[in-house]
Amino acid sequence: MVKPIFSKGKIVAKTGNEMMAEAMRQIAPDVVAAYPITPATEIVQIFSQFVADGKVPTEFVAVESEHSAMSATIAASVAGARAMTGTSSQGFALMWEMLYIAAGLRLPIVMAEVNRALSAPINIHGDQSDTMGARDAGWIQIYSEDPQEAYDNMIQSVRIAEAAKLPTMVTTDGFIISHCMAAAEVYPDEDVKEFVGTYKPERYLLDYKKPFTLGSIEMQDYYFEHRYQLAQAQRDAKKIILDIAKEFKNKFGREYGFYEKYKMDDAEVAIVTIGSAAGTTKAVINELREKGIKAGLIKIRVFRPFPADEIAKDLANVKALAVLDRADSCAGTFAPVYSDVVAAMYANGVTGPKAENYVYGLGGREIDMTHIADVFKHLDEVAKGKAQASKTVEYINVRIK
Amino acid sequence: MKNEEKKPTAAELPAGGIVEAGTAAQFKTGPWRSIKPVWSKEKCKACMICWIYCPDASIQVADGKVTGIDYDHCKGCGICSKECKFGAITMEAEKK
Repeated sequence: MVKPIFSKGKIVAKTGNEMMAEAMRQIAPDVVAAYPITPATEIVQIFSQFVADGKVPTEFVAVESEHSAMSATIAASVAGARAMTGTSSQGFALMWEMLYIAAGLRLPIVMAEVNRALSAPINIHGDQSDTMGARDAGWIQIYSEDPQEAYDNMIQSVRIAEAAKLPTMVTTDGFIISHCMAAAEVYPDEDVKEFVGTYKPERYLLDYKKPFTLGSIEMQDYYFEHRYQLAQAQRDAKKIILDIAKEFKNKFGREYGFYEKYKMDDAEVAIVTIGSAAGTTKAVINELREKGIKAGLIKIRVFRPFPADEIAKDLANVKALAVLDRADSCAGTFAPVYSDVVAAMYANGVTGPKAENYVYGLGGREIDMTHIADVFKHLDEVAKGKAQASKTVEYINVRIK
Repeated sequence: MKNEEKKPTAAELPAGGIVEAGTAAQFKTGPWRSIKPVWSKEKCKACMICWIYCPDASIQVADGKVTGIDYDHCKGCGICSKECKFGAITMEAEKK
């Protein structure tokens, strides 16, 4: 029996999309500009119904493309509005240039992003290649394991984005979480409203008494300084994210950090992954622990800024680990999350553990307990010196030959 | 380099590339011209059509009357001359 953690919380049965739409209703942004795309459509569709029914006073702008959605969201934000949007995959890709604009202009936009595979070939199912493809854009990226996390992350992200002055995206795995119903806790409207507070921008274009130009050209002598500011803002955002998580825990009860550690204290073999597959991994770990295998999991929640020092420290005593990426980099080498994890380890002098990279689940390809158990079995052999760690990326559950 | 001005650092610059309003006035675009407008005070009727049409705010006005041309910012597009109904503005080649 699922019980609420917050004293005034209520348990509901909602999908990831429904939870994100509910969070948006309670946040009540000034402007939402959006365009539909599977599997994110429901978020803004449900939200636009709230607007039509007078349940939220948001100005909803139905634009003609995702590029326009981000453009309009940016415009609303610079005008001084709390602005949000939602999209996925090709829609997210279509707004790619505007993502960089939003970050460069340091706007606290919050996006509900449902992770879906990128074309070609066309595929509407869950993998993380869309947001992984924008990991250099300067947006804060927070990945959710389930509908509860999606809801909690959306609420925290409004505060994070405004404090860090960085646009923030909150994701769920497409269809797997976006469309799957779970028992989850929601909080009363007034408590969410109190937590997110009001948006108080220092400078905004509707402040006609203090006019300014935003988005002008910068030549060779200024551009680099502003890009440095953006990179520094990501570094500074780490503390902001933890402070807001602490405030969230004190008010609502659930604890969040850069990542979740599951049975890592004495782990000899570990998996690092992002999203819904973490849940499957925990179930496998429970079984392995009964057999005496010291398996653990690090489930990354905050991928940008990347918690390098912290993750290196928490992996230092592991004998063998595997990073499971739900996106491939087509780089001829390794996938995104692995690259960041290993760079973090090496920069921190952590060279003991053997680290392997697996790509799984592209285009919504199934990953189940047997696949993950096989990874742990192999890691166990590597840890015991009975097998070699792979020096190239490996693939799970795909027909190769 | 003629003079090494000390430029602000990343720590000193405002976030997001904000530029305070009105800096366009400091940027001289007059040197872009190849033809220049010449205004005749005698022929001018102060109808203000040139002032309304000028895309660069380069028709100088005071007390409801035209007083001259701002040659620091006029780019020589010729719209003022074309729109003037009284022949009070003629376009001449820039003397180099």
